Amino acid sequence: MATVTYEKATRVYPGAERPAVDALHLEIACGEFLVLVGPSGCGKSTSLRMLAGLEDVDDGAIHIGDHDVTHLPPKDRDIAMVFQNYALYPHMSVADNMGFALKIAGVSKEERRRRVAEAAALLDLEPYLDRKPKALSGGQRQRVAMGRAIVREPRVFLMDEPLSNLDAKLRVQTRTQIAALQRRLAITTVYVTHDQVEAMTMGDRVAVMKDGKLQQCAAPRELYDRPANVFVAGFIGSPAMNLTEVAVDEDGARVAGTRVPLGRAAVRAIAAEGGSRATLGFRPESLEPVGSADGGFAVLVDVVEELGADAFCYGRLENGADVIAKVDARVPPRKGERLHFRIRPGETHLFSAKTGDRH
Amino acid sequence: MIGVTVVIVFCLAPFYWMVVSSFRRTSDIFDKSALPSPWSLENYTAVFDPDQGFLRSMANSLVVAGTTTALALVIATLTAYAMARLDFPFKRLVLTGIIATSMFPVVSIVVPLLKLFTDWDWINTYQAMVAPSLSFALPLAVWILTAFFRQIPIELEQAAMIDGCTQGQAFRRIVLPLAAPGVFTTAIITFVAAWNEFLIALSMTNDAAMQTAPVAISKFTGASQFETPFGSQMAAGVLVTIPLVVLVVVFQRRIVDGLTAGAVK
Repeated sequence: MATVTYEKATRVYPGAERPAVDALHLEIACGEFLVLVGPSGCGKSTSLRMLAGLEDVDDGAIHIGDHDVTHLPPKDRDIAMVFQNYALYPHMSVADNMGFALKIAGVSKEERRRRVAEAAALLDLEPYLDRKPKALSGGQRQRVAMGRAIVREPRVFLMDEPLSNLDAKLRVQTRTQIAALQRRLAITTVYVTHDQVEAMTMGDRVAVMKDGKLQQCAAPRELYDRPANVFVAGFIGSPAMNLTEVAVDEDGARVAGTRVPLGRAAVRAIAAEGGSRATLGFRPESLEPVGSADGGFAVLVDVVEELGADAFCYGRLENGADVIAKVDARVPPRKGERLHFRIRPGETHLFSAKTGDRH
Repeated sequence: MIGVTVVIVFCLAPFYWMVVSSFRRTSDIFDKSALPSPWSLENYTAVFDPDQGFLRSMANSLVVAGTTTALALVIATLTAYAMARLDFPFKRLVLTGIIATSMFPVVSIVVPLLKLFTDWDWINTYQAMVAPSLSFALPLAVWILTAFFRQIPIELEQAAMIDGCTQGQAFRRIVLPLAAPGVFTTAIITFVAAWNEFLIALSMTNDAAMQTAPVAISKFTGASQFETPFGSQMAAGVLVTIPLVVLVVVFQRRIVDGLTAGAVK
């Protein structure tokens, strides 16, 4: 168990114009489950591979505990990694796959067998210990990959999209298992995913990346409630937050001709920036239906998605901007219907039109 | 099915005739019957006549082909691994160049080689046969092994390195076992080619004690100078083929398809 620290770690691929990871600064606490999330090409996997020692660090440093591991080979870092495609050794049985690291480390045969058996029990892999990876199902292979990491009892777990090759149902199930397992073992974990639901449900903290830069690192709730910029606001949450460009004055913002009150501090910040425009964000569930005379804005319904517990209505404002609203699933609106909504007070997010940062 | 039958008949017919002829007596070597009558071991006795030096030539062949195969495997494995994993400029060109060198006709270099080896005092030595064989075996070996190494997902090596292996250990414990089918295929091809090599072996030796089996067979003498010893040549042919068949059967068991199945995804 150890802390992990990225100190302005940078990776520039030869021939690339901008860094794949740009001065990543991140401190991960002992036993913490940190999720790196972002769209493809955002540098999250590269960051993980830098920590693993599979990718060079061109600038800055990486520490595991008190050790500077920036330029150490992977074998000297005491880490275990679960690869996206599992990378099981096909010529070895499940038991040998899981015990391989111990064998290399010179652990005695009895000790090896005991620890493999322990991990196998934890992962329900006992009946398969003598099988080769090709005789396993996708979910079983995934568990072997996990087992290979667990047996090591490393200081840090690295997981690179370990669930992306599973089918949807198994993914949800395994997601919970991994999170529970991590809590139980209390080993510092860095987990990479592109799926924001995975990020939100598993992580103690979630680090959102884009174009090689860290956008925000916070607990899931914080990330959801106070996104640091437009990108995080749009990336976290499903369906995505409504983001619309608005004019702002002392009274608040105007959305399709309707006044939306804003926090005083935010309004002042915009004035200080010298602009009168900003990006207003509000989540689909922050909208509540009102009568047509009660001062809400009108939405023309295009599509209604009914998910059972929830229903989402995709529509257009009068000025043509798209808007998504969560509506009562028991009485969903019909296509083409005209509804009125207002934003619940205090549930607005305001971002600078220039920098995209939160006001 | 017809294709398979045609290939089998086409390939095995000469071999069958060789075996049948080897069991005929010298006097009825030109018989056309499907089976020899009467059966005779006369030719085999002739082959093992110490005057022919056949056993000695078999040993020579074994040394030459064995050394060539071992050296070719070691050098080609390392080269191919570099070719498959490292990225360097003009890689394709280098690979094409390597395969192109194996296309020179042997005949065209026999005379210069003979001159060179004479200067070096290499005539009647094993290296005079091993070195040229090696140079013909290597390009194909590198080519085949590169293809095999490319099939092995790089994540396996990375996983091994995270599991505590050095790059060398990862290569030996993970990559090499997985490339085994390629290594054995290459071994068979190299060994067969070196075993059957005739022109170089003929040119570089004039001492009967250094002849390889194919050369020795070509120099078999009949009972009189007017008689070509077809019978004993056939028998020797059968004997020379046996080690190859054994080798292929033994190695073929190791050539299992889809060894990397289940590694990724």
